[in-house]
Amino acid sequence: MAHSESEILEGLAEIVNEETGLPTDAVTADKSFTDDLDIDSLTMMTVVSVAEEKFGVTIPDEDVKNLTTVGDAVSFIAQAQA
Amino acid sequence: MTTTLRLNEPIPGSRIIAVGGSRGENLVPNDDIVGPINSSDEWITQRTGIKTRARADEGTTILDLAARAAEDALARSGVSAADLDAVIVATVTHFEQTPALATLLTERLGATPAAAFDISAACAGYCYGIAQADALVRAGTAEHVLVVGVERMSDFIDPTDRTISFLLGDGAGAAVVGRSDTPKIGPTVWGSDGSLAGAIYQTRPWLDYRREELGEPAPERAELAEEVSQMVSPTLRQQGPTVFKWVITNIPKLARRTIEAAGLTPQDIDVFVPHQANMRITDQLLKTMGLRDDVVVGRDIADTGNTSAASIPLATERLLREGAAKSGDVALQIGFGAGMAFAGQVVILP
Ligand SMILES: CC(C)(COP(=O)(O)OP(=O)(O)OC[C@H]1O[C@@H](n2cnc3c(N)ncnc32)[C@H](O)[C@@H]1OP(=O)(O)O)[C@@H](O)C(=O)NCCC(=O)NCCS
Repeated sequence: MAHSESEILEGLAEIVNEETGLPTDAVTADKSFTDDLDIDSLTMMTVVSVAEEKFGVTIPDEDVKNLTTVGDAVSFIAQAQA
Repeated sequence: MTTTLRLNEPIPGSRIIAVGGSRGENLVPNDDIVGPINSSDEWITQRTGIKTRARADEGTTILDLAARAAEDALARSGVSAADLDAVIVATVTHFEQTPALATLLTERLGATPAAAFDISAACAGYCYGIAQADALVRAGTAEHVLVVGVERMSDFIDPTDRTISFLLGDGAGAAVVGRSDTPKIGPTVWGSDGSLAGAIYQTRPWLDYRREELGEPAPERAELAEEVSQMVSPTLRQQGPTVFKWVITNIPKLARRTIEAAGLTPQDIDVFVPHQANMRITDQLLKTMGLRDDVVVGRDIADTGNTSAASIPLATERLLREGAAKSGDVALQIGFGAGMAFAGQVVILP
């Protein structure tokens, strides 16, 4: 079952909350993982690993560095599950 | 007529009789190595939890490190070197193709003519060694087996490399394994994933150097960073984020299977000793493994650094020596590393 973009955003916000303690409503599409959410590359890898499991997609390591904002990740996951 | 061969009388179980360790003599602080990699104490501490790494004196050889750890374990075990039937060394930093470091160690210890061989399974090497020792003892092939994980990683690093050099330390950890009336080493759960051979790798294969010597052009290795593309001694590199993700995704499942294989649940584990790769990996594993809140965790990496095959026995030796863990505790040990070789077992601590 494909998830809608708003479901993916909600799911990502939960993962970020779980891994960093940031409130879910701080995780919006325009936020940069590094600059706004203060997520370093190792925490990012954790978020990616959990998201892969949660949404049943594969996010190759070489694509992770292109996921600058939360919105980038949402669109990547939405396309990957299609 | 088919001939049936006789087997040795099977032995009901094996156990680790004692562990021992030896660390490089110098605890080198972050500030002493950050210059050539344009890093900082703060960055290394935040990303890895490492404050110092053990580095051996120039005159201390890998054989010296191995022998010190082995003698420590033997002294604690009450087994004499002459009573060893097999000596297994796990290492990736014995820079001689042959003979095996295990044969040199066996002779140094006075254990000749024990069987002796090396294992190349990188940071999983010690757990691979314990798997061998357990099987050899239970099959009656050997009564006493010495397993040593030893690395002199300082011979294999490039001080200007930002990917892995700053993690690594020198040391050796050893275990004496013998018979037991009941199993005190649980089943080994293990494997590898060679599709990730490029995640932790030697910059150049040895044959490149031989080709150059023979006047043949050394193959271009486009994947090599420019600064190592010349024919300098090979050193270690890694794709850190790839390794990190592989470990946190796969090792919790391996841990669950290992605990189940021993007939236990995560709540039964008293002590967790993962390969000392990076403190962030250890913390992330703990989040997802369902171990008890009061589980004792090996965190030797903070002072010793990542000593590859030596890190698990060194962390175990320290927990026992400092009294954080005690004899009879149920410990889960898991190694993982290059080639994405991995292995785990539940053991009862000596
Ligand atoms: C090696 C490791 C600490 C690197 O950390 P990382 O956060 O993944 O580093 P990245 O390569 O993603 O780089 C992130 C940033 O840190 C910088 N950086 C990388 N290495 C650095 C270093 N040694 N010192 C300072 N900064 C460094 C990068 O330039 C990058 O900066 P930028 O965001 O401004 O571009 C980490 O990946 C790791 O330990 N992984 C686990 C691997 C492991 O344990 N292996 C052991 C063998 S079993």
